Order: sequence, then structure tokens, then C-alpha cells
Amino acid sequence: MSPAQHYVEHYRTLALPGRHLPWLRRLREEAQSRFSEAGFPSPREEEWKYTNVSALEKKLFVPSVGTPTAVADTSALARLRLEDAWSLVFVDGIYSAEHSVTDGLPEGVIATSLANALERYPDRIEGLFNQAVPQDAHGFIAFTIAYFRDGAFVHLPPGKILDKPLQVIHFSTRPDGLSVARNLVALEQNAEATVVETYAGTGDLSYLTASVTEISVGENAGLEHYKLQSETVKGYHFGGIYAREARSARFRQHHLAFGGLLARTEIHAHLGLGAECELDGLFLATGRRHLDTQTLIHHRAPCGTSRETYRGIAADRARGVFSGRIVVHPDAQKTDAEMSNRNLLLSEDAEIDSKPQLEIHADDVKCAHGVTVGQLDPEAVFYLESRGVDEPTARNMLTFAFANEMVEKIRPSSLNRLVQDELLSSLPQSDIRKDWL
Amino acid sequence: MLKIENLHVRVDDTPILKGISLDIKPGEVHAIMGPNGSGKSTLSHVLAGRAGYEVTAGTVSYLGRSLLEMKPEERAREGVFLAFQYPVEIAGVSNIYLLKAALNAIRKHKGLSEVDAMDFLKLVKEKIKAVNLDEQFLYRGVNEGFSGGEKKRNEILQMAVLEPRLCILDETDSGLDIDALRLVAEGVNSLRSPDRSFILVTHYQRLLNYIKPDCVHVLAYGRIVKSGDASLALELEKKGYGWVDQLVSVGA
Ligand SMILES: Nc1ncnc2c1ncn2[C@@H]1O[C@H](COP(=O)(O)OP(=O)(O)O)[C@@H](O)[C@H]1O
Ligand SMILES: [Mg+2]
Repeated sequence: MSPAQHYVEHYRTLALPGRHLPWLRRLREEAQSRFSEAGFPSPREEEWKYTNVSALEKKLFVPSVGTPTAVADTSALARLRLEDAWSLVFVDGIYSAEHSVTDGLPEGVIATSLANALERYPDRIEGLFNQAVPQDAHGFIAFTIAYFRDGAFVHLPPGKILDKPLQVIHFSTRPDGLSVARNLVALEQNAEATVVETYAGTGDLSYLTASVTEISVGENAGLEHYKLQSETVKGYHFGGIYAREARSARFRQHHLAFGGLLARTEIHAHLGLGAECELDGLFLATGRRHLDTQTLIHHRAPCGTSRETYRGIAADRARGVFSGRIVVHPDAQKTDAEMSNRNLLLSEDAEIDSKPQLEIHADDVKCAHGVTVGQLDPEAVFYLESRGVDEPTARNMLTFAFANEMVEKIRPSSLNRLVQDELLSSLPQSDIRKDWL
Repeated sequence: MLKIENLHVRVDDTPILKGISLDIKPGEVHAIMGPNGSGKSTLSHVLAGRAGYEVTAGTVSYLGRSLLEMKPEERAREGVFLAFQYPVEIAGVSNIYLLKAALNAIRKHKGLSEVDAMDFLKLVKEKIKAVNLDEQFLYRGVNEGFSGGEKKRNEILQMAVLEPRLCILDETDSGLDIDALRLVAEGVNSLRSPDRSFILVTHYQRLLNYIKPDCVHVLAYGRIVKSGDASLALELEKKGYGWVDQLVSVGA
């Protein structure tokens, strides 16, 4: 049985949400047949050249059946929680009301599970679902359409402002488990929110999480969106964040990746007239991890501004991939786009492939990009050693410093602390004392 | 305290130091003067343990131990301190983190507990005032965007906080105006004690107007060509480094 057939079999018996909606049934069937034919993407596809997911095909992950599992290791979940935030928690891909906190949301704001929203607001979902993903979607996206069990649905009516972050936690607890999620975040005009997606799992379980988030930022609305990918050391992760920005919208995305054995996140943004987009990101790949980030910014209308700042670190035998593509369409005059990507290799066996691509089809634009891949400065290491700091600690201090400039861009303070902790515990030889903090 | 005997050092197969011997007793201040390229920084770096230098002959004994066998951080913990001629800029590691890490590394080595946060802050604020740097420098990246003079004063700040046994100052006076020079000299003089020694590497005599050395050595072409008391610095100042060449050709 091929892996695709395996999943088709498994899901035949599962009650997937939204069966009563013809438009969704049709989408699911189409996606299912596409996935059955093509399976997961292969390295022959240009955009998957550096990330070979064939290992996934040898493993057969199993979706959880029935009601949400109780989280046995509540401390692992508690550690990820932001203080003073609303939350939607998904355990093994299924919404857990028990672990979620949604009371006190402003009037008219919806934050619930997609399964629930498909019952209550099917028309609204129909207008948003699958609108932001790329049309020539690859196997993972088809997979999520065909088999999503749940996901977050967040909707802000015009002018509504969330004064606290809303955290969406996807937490995996089952060996060889499979979680497939579709999340929708929609801000109507002039609305503002901070949304934090967090992905993690228990212990060192192996599992697969595939989660696609579609974002719609309305006219003059502002979304600050964070993603912390902290999957287990044997976890597989595919994530996609696809955003559409209306006129004068502001979208700020910050992607922080420390976990997973094989993890990829795609971040796409489509900018309307005068829209602003800021993409920041940091990955730290240790051990034998493979962390891949693919960004794509489409300037589709005039006067858009994009700023992209990514940093990557690879240690041990790990591999990092960064692809940053910016497309300025013919109508997008007066576009102002900058991209910078700095990478740090901490060992001879580590590898980082960085691929910036500018495609400019308009003439009156400002575009700049810069990429570096380097090592720790031996002069700086010696300077610290000459002050009594041993070499591993000196290297950690310098690595932390390099990464921390990205952590400092995180505005919610509780998330800032959480990410700093993740970073420190992910550093090579993280057991050494951090008495310099 | 420090005994260097017949030290020969190469860089990339080029001999740089060609038989240096020095004997520095506890409490002494030795000045090393010499033209550019004579090997002063090479000597300083070798004593601090920087990689890339090949010691082909000679020994260095520090407090009775073989210094060259110690790792750089071990030397620092045992009290060797080098104020760099060109301190490196380290973005993202704040000055205060570094001071704390360094002080704690030394304390741990001595079997002491980590420094108390309040005591540490008090100590550092007192010492930074002495070198006339604003307190905000503590929270900036190490030497990041500092002017030449600020970097040098920052080195003196670290020295004052860490209280080393052997202080090597590599041209800390170069590029300083007279006020900054005085601050550096005060920093050194206030640390002088019977069990602490100094090597002052300098290009000019003027630092020695403020710090009276016990011995002055003239380094040229990788050798100490003349040693004497403080008056040698004045003589060198008067006769210029051309005189050194004469000394070398006479010696050769
Ligand atoms: N890393 C190096 N590689 C090659 N040559 C070096 C290196 N460091 C120093 N030198 C050479 O060694 C000699 C002494 O340099 P240095 O010790 O810096 O002199 P000083 O500090 O007295 O000006 C110079 O000729 C210099 O070019
Ligand atoms: Mg020098």
C-alpha cells in the first residue's frame, strides 16, 4: 500500500468536519485525488530541491480517533503558555476546550475551533478558506485540505482591537501521531491583533504535524503574527502561512524555529496598495535537524513596503535552508523592498543553503538584498577566552548574541522570555552555565 | 612572577621573536618600548595564549607554572590580563554580561561562589566612574561602536574589575588625549601593589611620565636590544628610534 493509500484508508472511517458543506466536500475530494496521485512533494520539484521528505513516506503516521486526548504531561504544555493571553489549544490536532482560554474576548470577536466554526459560520468560512494558498498547491497543501481535522478560526470585525495576544498551541502527545490543521485568521478593516502560533510535542516522540494558516488582513488593519516551532527532536513538521493584505494593511510575521527533525515553513504574503509587510525569522538547527524556511512576497499593487530580516544558525550535522523570494509585479510601482539574510555555521559538518531571489517586473522600485554565511569570529572568541571564559561558553555567548538580535524583535514580553529560553536550551552544549545572563 | 627565557616565536614560518628573556618580580612595572613591527604585540599575544603563534624555543614560567601549557582562559583565571591594542567589537554581548561572566569564571576557579548581583553592580558602577565612562556603556555591546579612546578605557575598566596579578597593557596609551592618558595611568597606579606586576607596552615615553617603571626594555627586530631603568625611556625619546638601529648594528 502506498503512503497516499494508507492515508486514504485511514481517513475513510474518520468523521472530518464540514461534511455537510458541498463546497468543502468538493474541495476535499479534489485534494484527495491530487494527493493520491502525487503524494508528498519530491526533491525533483525546484522548491523542494533541498528538502527531501521521502523519509516521511517510509513512516505511516496515524491520526487520533475520537475525542481529544487528555494531556498527560501538563507541565510541557504549561511551559509554552504565554501569561496574559487568550488561547486556543489543539491536542493531537483536535480542539481542547479544557486547555483553551477564550473568556473576556471583546464583543464580536470570534476565536474558536474551525470544526465549530464550520457548523456556526459556514458562509464566512467559505469566503476565506483556500483563498490565500497558492493555486498550484503542492502535496502538503493538498494533504491538509483533504484531511484537516481542525484548526483555529479567528475573526475580528472592523475596528476591533485585541489588547492581549491570542495564542494558538498545537501540541502532539501520541507516538507516530498525525495532526492536520487548517487555521484561518481574518481581520476586517482597521482591526488589530497579535496572534502567536506555537508547535510542540511531548518528550522525544516522533509524529507529523501539517498545519496551514491562511491570513486575511483587511484595509488599514494590522496583524502581528508569530510562529514558534519547537517540535520534538524526532518530530516532522510542515507549516504554511499564507497572507493577503488589503490596501494599507500591516502584516508583521516573525518565525522562530528551533525544533523538529525535519521541518519546513512557508510564508507567503500578497501586498495590496500601500501595504506594509515585515518578515523576520530565526532558526537554530542542531544535531541532525533539517530546518527549511521559504518566504515569498508578492508586491501586487503600487507603494508597498516589505522588510525581511532572517538569521539562521546550523551546528553539529544540521542543515538549514532559506529561500527568500520577492516578486514585484508590473503594477507595483514605487515598491520598496529589502531583504537581509545572515547565517552562522557552527561546525564543519553543518550546512546552510540560502537562496535569495528578486523578480522585478516594474521599473520605479527600490529593492535591495544581502546574504552572508559565516562563522564565529575567532578574534571575538579569543577576546572572551582572554577574560577567563572557556571556549564552549564563549562560542555560546557569541551564538546567543547573534540570535538574540532577532529575539529582541519579539514584542509580547512573555513570548520574548519563552523564546529566549528556547534559544538558550537549544544552543549546543546547553548544559553549560549561563551565568553571563 | 613571570620569567621568560630565550623565547622564539614564529608566525607562518617567519621568525618574529628571536630570543626574548625577561624576569619580572612581583610588584614591578616593566615598560617595553620599540618601533612598529618589532614584535611587541606578538609577545603580548603569546603571553595571553592566542592561537596562530608557534613557539619554537624558550620557556615562560608564571607563578612557578609553565604558562605556555595553559589554555588562554586558564591563564586569565590565574590572573593574566591583556589590555588589547585593538580590542574587538562584539555586537550583542553587553559589557556587563562579559564583566560578570569573566568575574564569575575567576571566582569559580578560586572556589568562590558567584558574585552577588547587587555587589557586582555596585562594584562595576564604582569602577566605570573611575575611567570616566558613562554607565550606559555597560549595557552596550562590548566595544560596539566605541571610539578608540573609549575602547582603551573599557579595557582598563575590565582590568579594574577583574584585579589580575599580571597586567599586560599593549599600547593602551596610543591614540589617547592627555586626559584619557591620565585616567589610564591612574587606573594602573591605583592597582599597583606588592603582589601585582605590569608590562606596559608603549611606543612613547609620555605614559611613563605618569607611571614610573622599574625597568625599561627596548625591543627591536624581535630582540631586547637594551634594558635599563626609567631614564632609558627618556634617552630613547631624545635620541629617537634611529638610535635603536645603531644599537642593533653594534650588537650584531
Ligand atoms: N598574524 C600574523 N601574520 C603574519 N605576520 C604577522 C602576524 N602578526 C604579526 N606579524 C608580523 O610580526 C611582526 C611584529 O608584529 P607586532 O608584534 O604586531 O609588532 P608591534 O606590536 O611591535 O608593532 C610584524 O612584522 C608583523 O607584520
Ligand atoms: Mg602592536
